[in-house]
Amino acid sequence: MESLESKAIVSPLSRDSAMEITGQRLIPVAQAQVWDALNEPDVLKVCIPGCESMEAISDTELRVVVTAAIGPVKAKFAGKLLLADVNPPNSYRLSFEGSGGPAGFGNGDALVRLTPEGAGTRLSYQANARIGGKLAQIGSRLIDGVAKKMVDEFFQRFTVKLAGLSMPAAGKPPLASTTKSTGPSLEIAFAFALIVTAIVFINDFVLIWLLR
Amino acid sequence: MSTRYFGARTKRNEDERLLTGKALFVDDIVLPGMLHAAFLRSPYAHARIAKVDASAARQRNGVVAVFTAQDLGDYWKPGPLLVPPPPIRDAIFNERTQVPLAKEKVRHVGEPVAIVIAESRYIAEDALADIDVDFEQLGTVAALRKAIQPESPRVHDDVAGNIAAQVHQTKGDYSAAARQAHLVVRRTLTYDHGCAQPIETRGVVAHWEAREDKLTVWDTTQAPVPIRNGLAALLGLSEKQVRVIAPFIGGGFGCKVMMFYPEEVLIPWVAMNLERPVKWIEDRAEHFTGTSHERGQIHDAEIALTKDGKILGIKDVFLHDTGAYDPYGLTVPINTQCHLLGPYLVPNYDSTFTAIFTNKPIVTPYRGAGRQHGVFVMERLLDIAARKLGIDRTEIRRRNFISSEEFPYNNEIISQDFVPLKYDSGDYSAILARALETIGYERFVSHEQPTLRAQGIHVGIGVVCYVEVTGIGPYEGARVHVQSNGKVSVATGIGTQGQGHYTSFAQIVADQLGVDLSDVEVTTGDTDQFYWGAGTFASRGAVVAGNAVNQAATIVRRKILHAATKHFECAESDLIAAGGRVSVAGVPGHSIKLGELAKKANPTRGAVEFGTEPGFEATSYFGPPCGTAASGAHAMIVAIDPKTMILEIKRYVVVHDCGTVINPLIVEGQIHGGVAQGIGNAFYEQLVFDDFGQLLNASFADYLLPTAIDVPRIEVSHVVTPSTLNPLGIKGVGEAGAIPVGALFAQALEDALELPRDEIELLEIPLSPNRLWELSGSWNP
Repeated sequence: MESLESKAIVSPLSRDSAMEITGQRLIPVAQAQVWDALNEPDVLKVCIPGCESMEAISDTELRVVVTAAIGPVKAKFAGKLLLADVNPPNSYRLSFEGSGGPAGFGNGDALVRLTPEGAGTRLSYQANARIGGKLAQIGSRLIDGVAKKMVDEFFQRFTVKLAGLSMPAAGKPPLASTTKSTGPSLEIAFAFALIVTAIVFINDFVLIWLLR
Repeated sequence: MSTRYFGARTKRNEDERLLTGKALFVDDIVLPGMLHAAFLRSPYAHARIAKVDASAARQRNGVVAVFTAQDLGDYWKPGPLLVPPPPIRDAIFNERTQVPLAKEKVRHVGEPVAIVIAESRYIAEDALADIDVDFEQLGTVAALRKAIQPESPRVHDDVAGNIAAQVHQTKGDYSAAARQAHLVVRRTLTYDHGCAQPIETRGVVAHWEAREDKLTVWDTTQAPVPIRNGLAALLGLSEKQVRVIAPFIGGGFGCKVMMFYPEEVLIPWVAMNLERPVKWIEDRAEHFTGTSHERGQIHDAEIALTKDGKILGIKDVFLHDTGAYDPYGLTVPINTQCHLLGPYLVPNYDSTFTAIFTNKPIVTPYRGAGRQHGVFVMERLLDIAARKLGIDRTEIRRRNFISSEEFPYNNEIISQDFVPLKYDSGDYSAILARALETIGYERFVSHEQPTLRAQGIHVGIGVVCYVEVTGIGPYEGARVHVQSNGKVSVATGIGTQGQGHYTSFAQIVADQLGVDLSDVEVTTGDTDQFYWGAGTFASRGAVVAGNAVNQAATIVRRKILHAATKHFECAESDLIAAGGRVSVAGVPGHSIKLGELAKKANPTRGAVEFGTEPGFEATSYFGPPCGTAASGAHAMIVAIDPKTMILEIKRYVVVHDCGTVINPLIVEGQIHGGVAQGIGNAFYEQLVFDDFGQLLNASFADYLLPTAIDVPRIEVSHVVTPSTLNPLGIKGVGEAGAIPVGALFAQALEDALELPRDEIELLEIPLSPNRLWELSGSWNP
């Protein structure tokens, strides 16, 4: 008599480590104004600490260099952003890749959406980021926590900045639509790409230096 | 000949130096004008290198040179194949070895791309950030079953399906056996290993002395002689021009017997090029991706048995992850193939493995060297079969042991030393009986366990058996020499990474020559002191080098006695060699110090007879026809909290047979260390790679080495069946502690958790609190 036994098992030998950053913020400003505000490079430079340069390579590609200064520690990273699926003023997708030299790299993509909500705008984002090299080796669970914290901080500044811009104030020039050689949606793409890239890289650099 | 030291638990000669910080390690070497190296390592697991621009790095203050693959010119070539595939019929083997610096593409995270030489390590590391490399990412292969698909990305462009090797070995006729079976158990088992993480990482210091035309290399290698030979060949030097020193080494465990690592090959070349000494010390982060691992296998195995639980045959098809290159040949998977058989009679065996290239660091032996994977498969299959047949798990093992009358037993399967696997001696029933008795198996299972369970405590027991073939060839040599101060010098070509060779070899010589243990000075790991050898690996130091030491000491003893008969004009039977002197029995005053006699045997004037050799010195070599089979059993009682899945080992018993024991203290140390690494492998350590070949836990925050609270007191007991393959009867013991621990944990934890065995089986290593939680799912005890 013969009896056959067979079982399938779940093999733990490899896994998918893509980091997911999702979130949304209610911005107490109308959608069109949020859109416009994001067209202001000055806004972004203030909200992203250490942004050194933004350079349009083409209609859909942008180079960015950010130096992150956290306490006594400074790190520089260079990123490239690509825009796609633009649907102004509602949503677009962008992909990004960036290198931090010996510290590693990151790449991924983000989907950004604006929807009106009451008197304000619901800004939601879904980003998938993959990191590699030393950044990955430190442990994605640590990076997740710091990433969320950095996102919070960015949006706090952004919201404050936006609230200030939307109120007429003495001596402040009204928000004007500036001439854009690349189109409004691209600027927004830049903005969110910077956000996500900045989040990934700044806090990863923090971790590297902290954990050295 | 006295037996004062052989077999005694003497403390180690080398420990005072080691414990008071007086021992020399590679990082202690400081030379005038010494430069420091840092390596730029790939952050990608698989990418083409479009461009490397080191100009900014070269201009940094304090940087002396930067080399990329292009700068190496003719020196750039793939490393040598260290272990050719054994002569197995129809075996497929695709040799692809590592390169000094990646040229067209990188194949694993951590692969070196450039080397920076600077006045300090700090400056060199800063300069790494100045190097601009354009990587073009390529598709990555990480998961084994996917890597083997023909449409998967190729780690090596000309190797389809990433097949590094395929080997099929058989014994008897498995299909026929399975047809007659009462029960066939088929399972898929996975075994993930980890990495050695010695307390001392790797390091190389090279010094080219142009005026002396001589290269000295200090290297944390387990095989200084082959490194000397290989470096000489690569650099176009004579072997005599190169001296390789492996000083005290803080643990090897196998990852340091991988040879001709990129750094090992580059530092000497740089030193010769710049004509300044160069030092590179690996830091821990580099070690995680730059030093070899031992890793995953997936087994689809089946066992066919009679109604009484007798094994009719075993069939095993497995995938082996060899990483991005395969310089160490097939040692690890062949060990798996052989050691699956264990101490059991397996009349029919059909085993096939496919070694697969992946975009991960390379896999080379790490303490156990593939044996644990095979032992895991066999022990788990037996446990499941025992359960299905209603036979006690220790009884099913007893019924299948090779009996004492059947030695020497020929397993027929070709082993890692290129000859059929043979067991020379053993007594497996005695070992199992001793283990069960020591841990109190019967009492535990019938009384203690039920009592504790009634109190809601989850406690379980595990017992597993294994065979470990040790002391393989090809050979080692030793030179014994009595100096004129009466101290005896012993030199051998192997290295020492904590195995106590300075003591165990001294014990052999002290007994042979009648001197104090502390008067024997052992030198290992210096190619200028001893020219020939293979290295320290495969639990062979004591067996092969120890026997060479014994042979040389025997010859020296004969010379001493011969000289003494001449000196005292008496018969050899009247002589006593003891206490560092040679004396005539019963004649007080007729006694001479060994050193004096040695001086007399080395006159600087006068005449001697033909064939006289000066002094008391002998060199001898020992090489066995095959490895000798050590064996053992581990037993463990473990308690676990099913809510947290945190465990506590209540008792841990090892019964081991390593033949004749030179020093029980050293043997226990080896076993303790092996068990600690086995516990890490079974429950705490795992190298976690994502699907893109990124290592996600390259720090001790996330790669969990067992600590003092995780490793219990270990009760060690010996059974002795001397080896028939060497005069001293020794078998190896270096790796034994690490080999069966995975299988032991799986069995004991299944028992402790009282899992519903027909639904939940533990068929993978490592386990962990998280993993046990996942596997037990919604089931609630």
